[in-house]
Amino acid sequence: MTNQFELRLSGAGGQGLLLAGIVLAEAGILDDKFATQTQSYGPEARGGASKSEVIISDSEIDYPEVRTPNLTLALTQEAADKYISKDIMNGIIVVDERVKINPAIKYEKLISVPIMKTAKNKVGKAIVANIVSLGIIVEATNVVSKEAMESAILNRVPKGTEKLNKMALESGYELAK
Amino acid sequence: MKMKMKSNVQFVQGNKACILGALDAGYKFYGGYPITPSTELAELSAVELPKVGGKFIQMEDEIAGIAAAIGASLTGKKSMTATSGPGFSLKQENIGYAMMAEIPLVIVNVQRGGPSTGLPTSPAQGDMMQAKWGTHGDHPVIALTPESVQETYYMTIRAFNLAEKYRMPVMLMTDEVIGHMREKIVIPNKEDIEIIDRVQPNEKEGYLPYGVKDGETVPKMASFGDGYRYHVTGLAHDETGFPSNSNENAKRLLDRLMNKVNHNLDDILDYEEYMLEDAEHIVLSYGATARSARAAIKQMRQEGIKAGMFRLKTVWPFPEERLLELSKNVKNVLVAEMNLGQMVLEVERVVKDNAKILFCGRADGEIITPEEIVETLKEEF
Repeated sequence: MTNQFELRLSGAGGQGLLLAGIVLAEAGILDDKFATQTQSYGPEARGGASKSEVIISDSEIDYPEVRTPNLTLALTQEAADKYISKDIMNGIIVVDERVKINPAIKYEKLISVPIMKTAKNKVGKAIVANIVSLGIIVEATNVVSKEAMESAILNRVPKGTEKLNKMALESGYELAK
Repeated sequence: MKMKMKSNVQFVQGNKACILGALDAGYKFYGGYPITPSTELAELSAVELPKVGGKFIQMEDEIAGIAAAIGASLTGKKSMTATSGPGFSLKQENIGYAMMAEIPLVIVNVQRGGPSTGLPTSPAQGDMMQAKWGTHGDHPVIALTPESVQETYYMTIRAFNLAEKYRMPVMLMTDEVIGHMREKIVIPNKEDIEIIDRVQPNEKEGYLPYGVKDGETVPKMASFGDGYRYHVTGLAHDETGFPSNSNENAKRLLDRLMNKVNHNLDDILDYEEYMLEDAEHIVLSYGATARSARAAIKQMRQEGIKAGMFRLKTVWPFPEERLLELSKNVKNVLVAEMNLGQMVLEVERVVKDNAKILFCGRADGEIITPEEIVETLKEEF
């Protein structure tokens, strides 16, 4: 098994995927791993589809960009169409249940679950879809420890939203089981 | 139990690491005009400088930005301006002015695709020769190229130190990849950071603002407002700072300016030798591209190809003596850079026929991949 794990988190601008990428990388650092995070900029990042990419590794990361993601998340159809390409090969795909995957794409595993619905109805706020997604990713891959992920989230989210975010994370774990 | 990063550990963008390093070096003034991908440098300066008694001014354009930074430096404040290619072009005249008037200054260029406004959000390393020759006339240049967020922190401190020590503008030539990517950095203890401040005069009587004792290259610098009266000009000048057309004087001045760098190479030059001990092939690279080169070398070593990297940490001055020495023992010197051939010219000048010179470059807004470097070398086998 390779010691480097590459993730591409995509969705619409404003869905908090930049924060999700930072939190995931910081969880990696809490686990004493190396991590880099990059994101799309400029017109590409305004509205429409945007992405945040994370590499987590046991050793120093040289080439810093994600090329063959081990996991790709897409919260919207537009993001899926743009960022889930054939370079995914044997990776894991995580999408909201409403997103359709091009049948030509080969993948190791597809996790298609009601991310948006869970955030909105079960947890209570659509804005935590990013944290629900992180729960799914951690449960499905163990790329970081649950303890580190929970800590990284609590270190970043605004005061007063800890409970909400913790619930979102746990709902994510449930969705991936 | 909630886990926390140690208080001296942060996960930040290269641009933020630059500001953290600047502040630890004693940075007090920003004059500039924001431009992608350097904008965070202006934003963070605006937030952080007032907290340390510093000042941030967004000027009407890049020319005025560097001019304000030059003025602030003359008052004794450590100053910086930050920009990207289009702004770097505009600043060239005042870069020459700061060289000639010997004003400490840090200029950060977060390089993006060019020419002109080019590719605002994509990386490039296309301003390397401009750093050296962008402003007219012969002049010394110090330009540093970090390959990581952590190194951006340290190199920014070094840029301020060199600027203060040698009384000259120093360029930090980073790129969009290093500026925008986030990585972990560890902030060292304050006691472990060497900070250099310009040498100031302590005797007003007979103060010669551009006078040095025999064997010295850097004059003592009085701060505006401290009661020293002197003239600052871009014209050739004598020890008093007043213009002089004397050929003898012009030669003395220019020799001294050049010697600030040429006679202090041991102090200024910085490079990394990675897996070069037994190397048959040198990959010469710098900045973000050096990360691809390192990945390429690891991959080639696994295949039994003896490759190593010579990484420029100072692109200017160029470490020519060391490269010449190394090139005598290898078959190929491959230059990898995000442009269509700039530092490779310097490599050709130095290496000559000692080794075959190969080039791997691109300027389409994408970082060179490790595979491209490997392929360029393998074409020789």
